[in-house]
Amino acid sequence: MGKLKEKFQQTELYKSIFRHSYQDTNRNRALQIVDNVFLHLHPVRIPRHAVNIGYTWGMGGITFLLFIVLTITGVILMFYYRPAAEYAYEDMKYLMNDVPFGPLMRNMHRWGAHAMVITVMLHMFRVFLTGSYKPPRQFNWGVGVILLVLTFLLSFTGYLLPWDQLAIWAVTVGTNMARATPLLGHEGPFGPELGMKINNDIRFILLGGTQVGPPTLLRFYVGHCIFLPIVAAVFMIVHFWRIRKDGGISGPDTSKKEF
Amino acid sequence: MESFLKIILKPDNLPILFLLFTVIGYTWLSISKMRKNDTQDIPEEAKLSDKVQVWPNLVRVEFIASIVVMVILVVWSIFIDAPLEEPANPTLTPNPSKAPWYFLGLQEILVYFDPWIAGVILPTLIIVGLIAIPYIDNNEKGSGYYTYKERKFAVLTFLVGFIILWVALIVLGTFMRGPGWYFFWPWEYWDTHRVVALTNVDLSEIFGINTKDAFGKLNPFAIIFGIVVITAYYSIGVIYWIKKKNTPLLQELGLLRYSITAFLFLTMMSLPIKMVLRLAFNIKYVLVTPWFNI
Ligand code: HEM
Repeated sequence: MGKLKEKFQQTELYKSIFRHSYQDTNRNRALQIVDNVFLHLHPVRIPRHAVNIGYTWGMGGITFLLFIVLTITGVILMFYYRPAAEYAYEDMKYLMNDVPFGPLMRNMHRWGAHAMVITVMLHMFRVFLTGSYKPPRQFNWGVGVILLVLTFLLSFTGYLLPWDQLAIWAVTVGTNMARATPLLGHEGPFGPELGMKINNDIRFILLGGTQVGPPTLLRFYVGHCIFLPIVAAVFMIVHFWRIRKDGGISGPDTSKKEF
Repeated sequence: MESFLKIILKPDNLPILFLLFTVIGYTWLSISKMRKNDTQDIPEEAKLSDKVQVWPNLVRVEFIASIVVMVILVVWSIFIDAPLEEPANPTLTPNPSKAPWYFLGLQEILVYFDPWIAGVILPTLIIVGLIAIPYIDNNEKGSGYYTYKERKFAVLTFLVGFIILWVALIVLGTFMRGPGWYFFWPWEYWDTHRVVALTNVDLSEIFGINTKDAFGKLNPFAIIFGIVVITAYYSIGVIYWIKKKNTPLLQELGLLRYSITAFLFLTMMSLPIKMVLRLAFNIKYVLVTPWFNI
């Protein structure tokens, strides 16, 4: 048996897949990170304090994990959901009652989304408290703030899709603010003076109508499933790239003697 | 008590309890780390600066954390169903109508400021202000470890802004705002017919200057009064600069950074000030103009 294994490990097939042995050497540990497309986001070696969960709280990583979970469960939900006012609610009922694992998928998507909003806020909180936005990470903090806003928008657009009472009224309350936008809203300061009416102001553009209706559902659906996730993914790529380029997780400058 | 229990046990509100406990927990954790670091010469983090291999040291932690998160999420999703209420009906407005929970802090601000401030200007300033933080805070200390002593103003301001003006307002807006957006104590019943006599007045009226005359026309003196009050409020920043501009702190900061910081800080603090004015003195507006009110 052992011989067979050894022989197999000599084949071209095996060697083309596994590039190094698994003996516990520092060289192999490094290769394990560098040779793996998913793990190579990491550096090979990092300071000990950065591994400590008490320092980063792991919140950035958990936010990313939840984003992946949401992408997967979200795609599954898309197989059962049609973004038209006459179908949306029925599809939800069908999903909750008749689709195998439908409730589990929907619940994981819903609770995962809430959880992501919480973890992203906690992540920002920790980045602030450790002063990790200070040079050279100023720009990455800004990228993070955009990600925070995108997370809110993703969650908000998704809130409308069940097309129940909770959904339309929460979105009605949320988008009512746009009426009052200065200059661009029909109830905002200097809006009427600039010719803003209920059917041509910024809220009208957002909703595709004068109230939350079928066009809003389609708009929010496309935003929720296509536009916002792509934009968020692009910003995350930049965010992760920048963490590496800025020298990895922040830490005290140990070249200094005084603090 | 019944109404309160009902609202607190709503599945959609569970995350808020989660938020509340994690924020309290993490604040406590960071404060204890700050205190420890502030009493010793070098921060705890600097003692752990030797390098370790990511495989297995970090990958292991990530792996375990992922499993824990997934277990929590799956168990939560098995036992608690996401809400699905009656089908959408544009003619039937629920009372109270609430935005998703993470916007309830902003919805709460609507009580104290008109929608153009609460719904547009303040959110914009929050976003712009957050992005500006690294550029206006040029204190080199406290980068990469927990400390309070070396950046008191920054830490305090953020704690007040995040914990009180964001998280606490979300909790208040969710659990204590009932029909008509009236305030209800946890033991009170959410009565949909509750009416409270409106006795709000404008700030100038406390000083005997009526905002409008008997025909509803605006009184120019009230407008001037309002402008003076708001200008005076923002001049606090100017006066502080004039008095302290020779201190090393402000020298280091420079006029531009100082101005932005002072403006953002005073704007942020205008929220608790307006809350006190409204709750304690029933004051509605400080400035009333034909186009907007503050
Ligand atoms: C979708 C949202 C986000 C994701 C997936 C994400 C992910 C991450 C991850 C995985 C890290 C590595 C360290 C850690 O886990 O703490 C990190 C670091 C960082 N994040 Fe985020 N983040 C997000 C949002 C934000 C926000 C809202 C901010 C701030 C406003 C921010 C600012 C930063 C900064 C400055 C670092 C470097 C911290 C350091 O070096 O200690 N990120 N982010």
